[in-house]
Amino acid sequence: MSEFLREYLLVLLFGLLAIGVVGAFLGLASLLRPDRPTAGKVTNYESGVDPVGDGWSQSQIRYYIFALLFVMFDVEAVFIFPWATRLEEYGYFGLVEMVIFIFILALGLAYAWRKGVLRWSS
Amino acid sequence: MIVALLAQGTPLTETGLWIANTFFYLIAFVAVGAALKMVTTSNVVHAALYLLVVLSAVAATYVILGAEFAAVTQVLVYLGAVMVLLLFGVMLTRAKIGAEDDLDHEQRWIGGLVAVGMLAVMGYSLLEAYGSTQLPADMQPQRVGPISDEIFSTYIVPFEALSVLLLAALIGAVVVARRD
Repeated sequence: MSEFLREYLLVLLFGLLAIGVVGAFLGLASLLRPDRPTAGKVTNYESGVDPVGDGWSQSQIRYYIFALLFVMFDVEAVFIFPWATRLEEYGYFGLVEMVIFIFILALGLAYAWRKGVLRWSS
Repeated sequence: MIVALLAQGTPLTETGLWIANTFFYLIAFVAVGAALKMVTTSNVVHAALYLLVVLSAVAATYVILGAEFAAVTQVLVYLGAVMVLLLFGVMLTRAKIGAEDDLDHEQRWIGGLVAVGMLAVMGYSLLEAYGSTQLPADMQPQRVGPISDEIFSTYIVPFEALSVLLLAALIGAVVVARRD
């Protein structure tokens, strides 16, 4: 096994440690606490008021815009990271390329803004 | 055992190879099991969550292959963004997203046949192309710099075209979600 993969064993160790610590604390808590559920206690918490309707409900299409905006700028970030490691090599060429890329994506954001879908009017 | 493995410089080629293989089979088992559960579960949201497990396992295999950048991209884009989009899509398009009995279809055998045929074609072409390729024992991770050089030289046009694709997707979503 290469040194590179050996380093990932440390990642695995941290993951196992995290699961172990959380499991130990939650397990200890469930051993120590009294357990007397009533109908009121097991109700879902919804900002302190009684929950309305079913959890399995259809959501508004307006949320989709925000999900898609997140995807767009997530993909942008993924491309900016490798670009940033080599920016000094590329010089103005790399800068212009990235500005074009971000500009085209920002056009989408401007369009959404202009059409008013970012404003949450009820 | 893990602590001993973490100690740098100890020669572990045989054992190390065995451990890497074991992890690969473990991850592959999780991926295949979650994929089977994904297509057989009767709840679409559970199917989406099983897909999350499959995509995480694929990211882990990328790490074993030394492709760290691909693994990070997999986690950021697929596990983060695409899963959110998929869950929103599920929550938007179906009035009832709890357990359903009619997710099964009478044409499932034809679908299974197509899947097996696809597996045969892809498996054959992969084995034909890379069947005898072996990972080097002292495998180095793929650095981000060379990937960036490829994107900003050979693949510069697809890179810019990608921004137009994302723009088109967003404009489509805005048109669908507009209230007037």
